[in-house]
Amino acid sequence: MNIMDHLPALVIAIPLLTAFLTPLIDRVSRKARNAVVFIALALTFILAILLVQDVFDNGIQIYVMGASSTTQTIPTQAAVPIRIVLEIDGLSAFMVLISVLISLLGLIYSFSDIKERGGRFYTLFLLMLVGMLGMELTGDLFNLFVFLEVTSIAAAALIAYEFRRGSTSEAALKYIIISSIGALFVLFSIGLLYGEYDLLNMAAIAQAMQSTHIDKIALVLLFSAFALKAGAAPMHMWLPDAYGEAPGAISMVLIPTTAASMYALFRVCFTIYNESLHAIIPAVIIIFGLLSIFIGVTMALVQDDIKRLISFAAVAEVGYILLAMGVGLYGFLNSEEYTVTALRGGMFHLFNDVLDIGLLFLVAGGVIYATGERSLNKLGGLAHSMKYTSVLFLVGLAAAAGLPPMNGFASKIIIYESVYKVSPILSIIAILASIMMLAVFIKIFQAVFTGPKLTECREVPKPMLASMIALAALIIFFGLFPDMVIEHLVDPAVNALMNYGAYIQAVMGVGT
Amino acid sequence: MILMMLKTIGGFWDPLILVLAAIVVAIIAYIIRAAGRRNHKTGEQAKPFFSGVAEPSKEAMHVRASNLYWGFTEALKGYYTSMKKMHSGMLNDYIGWFVGIAALIFVVLFVMEVL
Amino acid sequence: MIYNIPFFTVVALIAIGMYAMLFKRNLIKMAIGLTIVESGVNLFLITLGYRKGGFAPIFTDLPPDVSPADIPGKMVLPVPQALTLTSIVIGVAVLALILSLAINIYRHYGTLESEKVRRLRE
Repeated sequence: MNIMDHLPALVIAIPLLTAFLTPLIDRVSRKARNAVVFIALALTFILAILLVQDVFDNGIQIYVMGASSTTQTIPTQAAVPIRIVLEIDGLSAFMVLISVLISLLGLIYSFSDIKERGGRFYTLFLLMLVGMLGMELTGDLFNLFVFLEVTSIAAAALIAYEFRRGSTSEAALKYIIISSIGALFVLFSIGLLYGEYDLLNMAAIAQAMQSTHIDKIALVLLFSAFALKAGAAPMHMWLPDAYGEAPGAISMVLIPTTAASMYALFRVCFTIYNESLHAIIPAVIIIFGLLSIFIGVTMALVQDDIKRLISFAAVAEVGYILLAMGVGLYGFLNSEEYTVTALRGGMFHLFNDVLDIGLLFLVAGGVIYATGERSLNKLGGLAHSMKYTSVLFLVGLAAAAGLPPMNGFASKIIIYESVYKVSPILSIIAILASIMMLAVFIKIFQAVFTGPKLTECREVPKPMLASMIALAALIIFFGLFPDMVIEHLVDPAVNALMNYGAYIQAVMGVGT
Repeated sequence: MILMMLKTIGGFWDPLILVLAAIVVAIIAYIIRAAGRRNHKTGEQAKPFFSGVAEPSKEAMHVRASNLYWGFTEALKGYYTSMKKMHSGMLNDYIGWFVGIAALIFVVLFVMEVL
Repeated sequence: MIYNIPFFTVVALIAIGMYAMLFKRNLIKMAIGLTIVESGVNLFLITLGYRKGGFAPIFTDLPPDVSPADIPGKMVLPVPQALTLTSIVIGVAVLALILSLAINIYRHYGTLESEKVRRLRE
């Protein structure tokens, strides 16, 4: 058995098995539990990197569960794929890379941040990763729903992790109810599509798509549910609650979970419906994007809770991605020449958003860890005692606000220019919001780090610093060499978005 | 070309050129600073003038976060009141927004179909 | 016409559930609404797999009067049933989580009214 052939299954299986092993090992020893979790996640990371490399080099990878051969998508007696198929193209690989990278850094951070009930924490942590990876790897619509629910349940339990503060339970309850309503809409539309085509495989549905009325109803349900889960304004209200109340690194790891929903949104629009997509959908995505940018940034300005403020900024960053992807989708449907640039900007900004906002969340978690205080009004002068953290916050601030030469600027300039081609107003709003974003983060910097020493505290422990420094290094690298990142990571994802025919053909075989 | 560049629609973006420029500017700034007067007095001269009243302690003067953008929020009071009404924090409203948006997309989509 | 009745029931169940989630202010009632929506969706899935006079898709346990020629037309598809079972299991997990969170909220807030359970706003 060649292990390389089974990478897609292993990437999901290893964290899944370790997740249920963790509470058992926790009974024996805490150190052993930490070691096992770390080794499992590091192994997943390495295997995922191998898988991503394989996809970028050799194109779409197929893995069929339960078949005699892992590449036999259509059984010999049948005309359509009926087994569970994992299908990994450039877009999936890109998302998998984001998920495993952020989870690994979040885990290292959590080792010193999470003190009590660690066994359960790491179980949920790994399950959340399994959910994200499953959503991104699967080629099956129902499987997507199952992994969406796995992610939501694990994430909700993690948000309520500090259950001694009542507001965490409130945020988790809102999150889980909103998520399951969205997921039920998704399930209903899967039922509609199944009733129409007798198919669950995404590639097969894409091939059979006829854009009847039932397809349109399913499109609206899928689209609005995934937009809800991606945190698009005006359906973003659960997002600041959930991100703001989650413990430490979980706020950061929640960003890839929303990104996984965004992936599902793009998969539905670009692959399943592709050219028969209704013409108003790009316009709706653009409106969502503009609303998210504007509401996110203006609401962030008036927040007093450090994590809640960053969460609203995260809503605005989601808005930038949606804006670029909406323009890209519009160009995709009308075959405009700016399509590639817009999609490139959107996907690059997706990665940058996870890194930048992630770093800011880690710093905020560090501040809360060191001082036990979340309110910006009570903090002050932390730069006296937390020098490294303040410098790291400045890096995150510059990147998230899009100051050159950070990565946020590189992706935002692509977004501004491509969006300008559709309408100058879009890029004017985007640039103005970017300026306000700087003001938003300066508010945190001024209130928390500068000024006289108001709060006594110590620097955060080394594992937390290590994962923050790793993120900051990635941010600076992405900022200084954006062309390399775009060529090697982003372009495969953009090509996968544009080339839905290859996705269909990989499953349905020749002659499509 | 030694400097790599990212081609965009309108031109290019090269962070390395910017970093070089920043270094040059920093050197110029340092030269100007080094040319400053050495006999600058600290002490009485450097103290802020507060109408003759003694300066309050630095801790008391730190501008707190919620006061920082007071003018901005005051100017946009109407907008922020409506925003606060929108972010009511009630679970029913969250679901209502979702159902409302889904219904709106439905209506627009099928109205466009008919027209 | 008679075969459409389950679909009307589906619509009715989803509408009742959504009504409860939109207009009932008690968190437990909203959880009940969620369960009703879920039952509606499950009923929808199971109705898709219905066949008049069909039999269970178990080849080793066919009814005695069935000839192999009947199998393609009469044997029901197992997929919708598998989907429904999965969805029911997920629903149980979600409901358990919601109720345990509701217990914790009641402990801290002393109420389950959604108008009062809103420390997180603005």
